[in-house]
Amino acid sequence: MLPFLLRRAFSSVIVIFCVISITFVLARITPGGPFDTDKVVSDQVMKAKLARYHLDGSTWAQYTAYVSAIVHLDLGVSTKYRDWRVSELLQQKLPNSFMLGGLAFVIASCSGVLLGSLAAMKKDTWIDRVAMFGALLSISIPSFISGPFLIACFALWLGWLPVGGWGTVSQMILPAICLAAPYIAYVARLMRNSLLDVLKSDFMRTARAKGLTETQAVARHAVKVAILPVITFLGPLAANLLTGSMIVESVFNISGAGMIFVNSIQNRDVFVLCGAVIVYCVLLVLFNLFVDVIYTLLDKRIKLYA
Amino acid sequence: MHEAAAPASIARPDGWQILKRNRAAVIALCFLLGLSLIAIVVPGLLPEALKLTSSESFVAPSSAHFLGTDVNGQDMLYRLLSGARVSLGVGLAGAFISLIIGTLYGMISGYAGGRVDSVMMRTVEVIQSVPRILFIMILIAALDDYVKGWIDGWRLAAQARSWTELAKNISEVKAYSKVLVMIVSLGLVEWLTMARIVRGQVLVLREMTFVTASLAMGQSSWGVLRRHLLPNLSTIILTYLTLTIPAVILDESFLSFLGLGIEDPAASWGSLLKDGAQVINPLESKWWLLVFPAVLMAASLLALNFLGDGLRDAFDPKSGE
Repeated sequence: MLPFLLRRAFSSVIVIFCVISITFVLARITPGGPFDTDKVVSDQVMKAKLARYHLDGSTWAQYTAYVSAIVHLDLGVSTKYRDWRVSELLQQKLPNSFMLGGLAFVIASCSGVLLGSLAAMKKDTWIDRVAMFGALLSISIPSFISGPFLIACFALWLGWLPVGGWGTVSQMILPAICLAAPYIAYVARLMRNSLLDVLKSDFMRTARAKGLTETQAVARHAVKVAILPVITFLGPLAANLLTGSMIVESVFNISGAGMIFVNSIQNRDVFVLCGAVIVYCVLLVLFNLFVDVIYTLLDKRIKLYA
Repeated sequence: MHEAAAPASIARPDGWQILKRNRAAVIALCFLLGLSLIAIVVPGLLPEALKLTSSESFVAPSSAHFLGTDVNGQDMLYRLLSGARVSLGVGLAGAFISLIIGTLYGMISGYAGGRVDSVMMRTVEVIQSVPRILFIMILIAALDDYVKGWIDGWRLAAQARSWTELAKNISEVKAYSKVLVMIVSLGLVEWLTMARIVRGQVLVLREMTFVTASLAMGQSSWGVLRRHLLPNLSTIILTYLTLTIPAVILDESFLSFLGLGIEDPAASWGSLLKDGAQVINPLESKWWLLVFPAVLMAASLLALNFLGDGLRDAFDPKSGE
């Protein structure tokens, strides 16, 4: 296990490094600078401003300056929000996004696995058809459609839940459902197909033959194997959900990390942009690693090759 | 992970038969063809007066305006159908660009094999680790400035030669420059899945005897790729094209909803929904601004997904149960 972890850590660092490089260079060669929307100043002042953030000189010089800062675990300073460090900005915005994403993740994975298993066990009955049609429907309805409709229905019309904001449990329900809905469907479809394959396998015949009911056989033996492909999908999903969905945050008026992404591109706020990308990338790499480890725990046949 | 598919099932001859028996997929195809036809034909037939902005803003659906009017007093039916043109057009063109890049990339990677393959696939993995939407936004920001600059240059050139008619046309085109930018940016980002799928198929096909045979007969590698591999890949490419279109449409509307995509006076489903979502309030519901684009968009995406699923069941050897 240890050599595997070391090797993975090494390759992860390389991936993260590549992604940072791509993002930084792309952001800097894009036309428009971070101070273009400020009041017009003389070239000299502009140069001094850029120099303060090490954004003068060639793209290569800027890039090396940034990388050496990163190596010293310094994410830099925002060019838009004066006197805010990128780490402070992220610290302030990420908790809300993590909370929302975590909630959505739990909803998506649990109900997806349950629905998918149910559909597989009742294959070709109306339950299966309704579940799979519902899944395709919820994949086809993006969150910027479902969000306003959930608000209109549950907040404005029925008045059960608040329209937006963040903090109380009742404020979290609608955004979490809205964010989770399409992923419930992905997980359910994946789980259904995978479980259908497993149900045909020999060990399931044995389980039935020794007198287990279908539900017992599925719960004790099949789910453990069928859930493996789902877990592969859950890794990137978790990273996606935790870094926040810009749409859900903007529809429900939540101050989270999603809007940082959007605003930092609009403002050419290169350090905030790269900081957000780093967070996303690190989470992605960590969750993928986590998935591989869980794999070996669930399926003893898989060895982690170092 | 799925590369080791059984070679025998690559060309299932009855794929189209399977598809025809899939009633949902056939209905979806008819719906999409019908919608495209309406979106292309009907806006041209509507009276000119409906298309212009007017003082009658936020009129509820009535006999004069079947679907009501928006904030600028434009007819929603016209806005909705021109939005459908843009959304479907961007989806189709963007998916087509991604198809070309993805197919070429996947074929080269799979056929070359060895070190070239592993470098090319590592590159795909790295690009996949950058949040996709971010990539698209950066590309849009970069391309938008360039394209607007070019169009301005042409307009000035036309003005300098006092071709006023042309200059006027060019400034009208400028409003739609974002459409072109969106197509290119989305196409340049969405090809990764296609490349992986095509590569997987090429890895299987490359080992088959007809490839060895044609190489032995002196066919060049490029000839093998074009004459023998591409025809065998066509159905799987078509399948993933159908699944890429809704993905591109979703991304386009996502960006337009955030205000980063299609801009007025051009419309797409995403920008219409943005306008609709901005006016929800408990006092006075302007439901027609939200409901019509939402229903049309969801129905189109559903149809595309049904069709894509149907094609995948029919043609993708790896998806069969």
